[in-house]
Amino acid sequence: MMEELQQLEKNALAELQTATTEEHLLAIRTKYLGRKGLLTLHLRKIAQVQEDKRAFFGKRCNEVKELIVFKIEEALKHQSEREKENVFFKEKIDVTLPGRAVKYGRIHPVIQISHEICSIFSTFGFSVVEGPEVELDYYNFEALNIPKDHPARDMQDTFYIEENIVLRTHTSPVQVRVMEKVRPPVRILSPGKVYRRDSDISHTPMFHQIEGLTVDKGITFGDLKGILTAFLKRVFGPDTLIRFRPSFFPFTEPSAEVDIRCVICKGRGCRVCSQSGWLEILGSGMVDPAVFKYVDYDSEKYTGFAFGLGLERIAMLKYGIADIRLFFENDFRFLRQF
Amino acid sequence: MLVSLKWLKDYVDIPMKPETLAERLTMSGLEVDSIKEISPPFNGVVIAKIISLKPHPNADKLSLCVVTDGSKKYSIVCGAKNIKPGDIVPLARVGATIPGGYTIKSAVLRGEPSEGMLCSEAELEIGNDASGILQLPHSVKLGTPLEKALDLLDTVFDISVTPNRPDCLSVIGVAREVSALTGKKIKMPKIKLKETSENIKSLTAVKILDPDLCPRYTARMIKNVKIGPSPIWIKTRLEAAGMRAINNVVDITNFVMLEMGQPLHAFDFRFLEKERIIVRKSKKNEEFVSLDGKSRKLPQDTLLICDGVKPVAIGGIMGGLNSEVKNDTQTILLESANFNPVSIRRSARKLAMSTDAAFRFERGIDPEGVIRALNRAAQLIAEFSGGNICKDYIDEYPQKIWSVKNIKLRLERVRKITGTEIKAAEVIKILRSLGMAIIMTGEGKFTVNPPSFRLDLTREIDLIEEIVRIYGYDKVPATFPNISVTELSVNRHLDLENNIRKVMNGLGFNEIINYSFISPLSLDNLLLPADDERRNLVRIKNPLTEEQSVMRPMMLIGLLDTLKKNINNGCTNLKIFELGRSFIQRQEGKLPVENNMLAALLSGNKGEDLWHFKANVDFYDLKGCLENLFFDLKLKNIKFSSSISEPFLHPGKSCTVFYDNNKLGYLGEVHPFVLKKENLKNTAYVFEINIDILAKNFGERIYYQDFSKFPAIVRDVAFVVSRDIEVDYMLDIVSSLKEYFLENVVIFDIYEGKGIPYNTKSVGLRFFYRAFDRTLTDAEANNVHEKIVRNIVALTKAKIRGEENQ
Repeated sequence: MMEELQQLEKNALAELQTATTEEHLLAIRTKYLGRKGLLTLHLRKIAQVQEDKRAFFGKRCNEVKELIVFKIEEALKHQSEREKENVFFKEKIDVTLPGRAVKYGRIHPVIQISHEICSIFSTFGFSVVEGPEVELDYYNFEALNIPKDHPARDMQDTFYIEENIVLRTHTSPVQVRVMEKVRPPVRILSPGKVYRRDSDISHTPMFHQIEGLTVDKGITFGDLKGILTAFLKRVFGPDTLIRFRPSFFPFTEPSAEVDIRCVICKGRGCRVCSQSGWLEILGSGMVDPAVFKYVDYDSEKYTGFAFGLGLERIAMLKYGIADIRLFFENDFRFLRQF
Repeated sequence: MLVSLKWLKDYVDIPMKPETLAERLTMSGLEVDSIKEISPPFNGVVIAKIISLKPHPNADKLSLCVVTDGSKKYSIVCGAKNIKPGDIVPLARVGATIPGGYTIKSAVLRGEPSEGMLCSEAELEIGNDASGILQLPHSVKLGTPLEKALDLLDTVFDISVTPNRPDCLSVIGVAREVSALTGKKIKMPKIKLKETSENIKSLTAVKILDPDLCPRYTARMIKNVKIGPSPIWIKTRLEAAGMRAINNVVDITNFVMLEMGQPLHAFDFRFLEKERIIVRKSKKNEEFVSLDGKSRKLPQDTLLICDGVKPVAIGGIMGGLNSEVKNDTQTILLESANFNPVSIRRSARKLAMSTDAAFRFERGIDPEGVIRALNRAAQLIAEFSGGNICKDYIDEYPQKIWSVKNIKLRLERVRKITGTEIKAAEVIKILRSLGMAIIMTGEGKFTVNPPSFRLDLTREIDLIEEIVRIYGYDKVPATFPNISVTELSVNRHLDLENNIRKVMNGLGFNEIINYSFISPLSLDNLLLPADDERRNLVRIKNPLTEEQSVMRPMMLIGLLDTLKKNINNGCTNLKIFELGRSFIQRQEGKLPVENNMLAALLSGNKGEDLWHFKANVDFYDLKGCLENLFFDLKLKNIKFSSSISEPFLHPGKSCTVFYDNNKLGYLGEVHPFVLKKENLKNTAYVFEINIDILAKNFGERIYYQDFSKFPAIVRDVAFVVSRDIEVDYMLDIVSSLKEYFLENVVIFDIYEGKGIPYNTKSVGLRFFYRAFDRTLTDAEANNVHEKIVRNIVALTKAKIRGEENQ
């Protein structure tokens, strides 16, 4: 009797091992545990067992039954989980397909540079102002100490609208317009479009400049160096070598051209820096007393410095762009890179 | 300006390498743009001596020479007639290269071997003389390379001279700068004149009728000159400076101009009628043929140099063909004058003649250098053309040339401007090194007199610049200004632009920048009527091309241009926007109106041809973007009205955009005719709005509104209305009722077609009813709802869908 029970247990467990579907498991349950199941029938044979062994037989039978029940339930549970998983598997998507978000747009690289510069100078306390692009000769030249028939006018090829109206050749006229209205201290920055009659791989008839001006008591050429050095190190990195070199602008004196170590060749000499190892980055100088006279500032009391730089040039150096005309062709393959 | 270092060394010692000198000059304000080594166009030519010479046995015109380069003898067949034994000549040995790309090979000429070639000046391109072999002095060592023997190697600096430094437009000018930087003494050329007894004043006279334009005119006369080529050293110096050698007299006038900065002119005296010079302004319609052979009608008030009858030169700009130095010229009248810079500049511009002379005169020349240059040129002409200088010179100097004297300089001011504690002794040393006379008038106070050639120094600040540039910008310590704190002013317009950029980027639009100038014809393409305000164009007087000759009155042209370019490049899905100005002309003499605009264009497939969407963008995609933008800018009272339409937009798919009853601009589909004119088959949607009004009002203050915690009652109704009833009209009816419990109404469906009558549409509206303080009852909601529906039906003659037959 006991041997049969053992055999029965063994068979049941073996069959359970081979069962792969819910039906099969249920069939096994019926086969062993149903009303006419093998184990149920076997249990009825208890009468045939010797009396002193009945208790043990009964206990064993129940143990086997519990084990089979447990095993079947476990298998059923496992089976239903597997089937649920199957349903999810059928719903599987290709997660590598591109997402559906609206592709974020880009800001024009020149404007990005402009923002960067404006934010640097705002930490120095400079406010941003604007001025007209079609400008009076007076503001563009005359009040900047560039009289008519002066050779300095050759420095900038000018588009004329009328005899006394031009497309501004630089953002410097904004200096005068601001100083006419405001008394010192002045600290302004003025970004915008400027126009020169010039067109080739390194010149476009329209480009962008930023003008800076500060006027206060006690501003020195050393301050000009300090502010512009700090600025250039922020834009081009803290290790950037910078040099200030005498130059000429009619509206500043002393005037300085500011160069940085060539970002391409690091000073060894290359095509970008015309073998000089240096790149001209901005023009600057102490505001000429003649300009102060036009706006009725007392040059004995106040001093100041001004500077101007071309934004396309900075963008070209920062991003490695060789042809300035690309900025205004608006090719998506260009624009989407910034 | 090109400056030969060899020439420079004639006037100042250069105790450093060219690269170092270039660096020093650049760092003191004379920017050296490039350094170029120059060498003659031959290689392997050495100094040789002719040992023997005999006729060629087989050719009458050839001779056989034996020459030596000091170490080896060579047999050479030569055709020249000007050689004899003992002559020192250039020998191009086998393997040498000479101009024209020739390499010398050993050859047999009419049966005789030849191991090289003796060369003429012309064959080596170091001169024009092709008549015979170049004869060299006996002092040179045999075997020396010719370029060394003739000192033909040189280094040339290309210096960009700023407009304030005309004194550096000469080799001596640059030498003065070198002297100031190095402390080496300047060596001015020694001028010694041998004059004949005949006085120039007995031969000619000068009369200046317009001293304003010609404050000084000086002249010398040289007789019996022989015109011929210049000596090599003059030619090579001129060529190094980028000038062509012509003849000895003309070359010397150019040489002295480059040397001293004073332009000169030589007249052939025999062509000066009535033997005199009259300086006057041009008359109306006067014509003149200048040296370049071109005949020009002269603008009135051009300064002319005339003889007793006719003009012979445009003063300070170019000489005349009628009095040019010719091969048989014998008597030279040499001019050295000072002209009014402004007058020269105006004339040169009007005549489009930017000559070396005009370039210098318009920047200003040393008024005291006139006689020195005159004498220097006279001496050289006499020396190299065999002429005789007449006694004395003419110096008409009717008007003293203005110059500033006794400039006051304060040490304290120098320090205040530069921000460095520069010492008085240093200041004095620097100013003296630049040729200035300086007197100390008190503690830290000076009176300074600049040299006559420094016309740019008139004020204290000019002197301060001189001090700091020689002192060295690099020695000035970089500091931070001690500035007072002020409130940063707010720039509403730039703030708005940055907000717009942020939103447009988020909506997927890419920023573009187009040129502000356009072709005037592009407005015709937009079918813009003649009386449109945007036809008041700002025209450029001197455009680069007709395509870029007017300032844009609207942004659309640039957007369409960008669309076209990108489509041609294979990119058809475009989402672009541009921020910039449009320009409208008001009246002559006044600045135009500049409007700050925002424009955007949308074209192509919604999903950029990816797998998500197959549909193309439409009107509502772009309108949604604009609505989103206004939402972010917190601008209410925006209206889209179909009542006004632009000629370049699809009449059925366009509208005008209003803010608070101000017209901002337009939105719509670009008219198919316009795109067709551009050869585009695509459709595109655009908007363009003026943002100046928005800059004042965007970002309205936020007042938080509490919201109801109770549920809403929702009612859907589909109204069947005539097709031309606009939904806005229906919504206006709803809002005009001002129903307190109506929380919101949305359009959940628009339908046209099967199931509803022709020329009608079904508008599905969903109404939300809600009370703030309690749960609204059905009865309350129905009451309000029925009133609203009734009103819509009454005013639009709508039928309620599903109730059409009731």
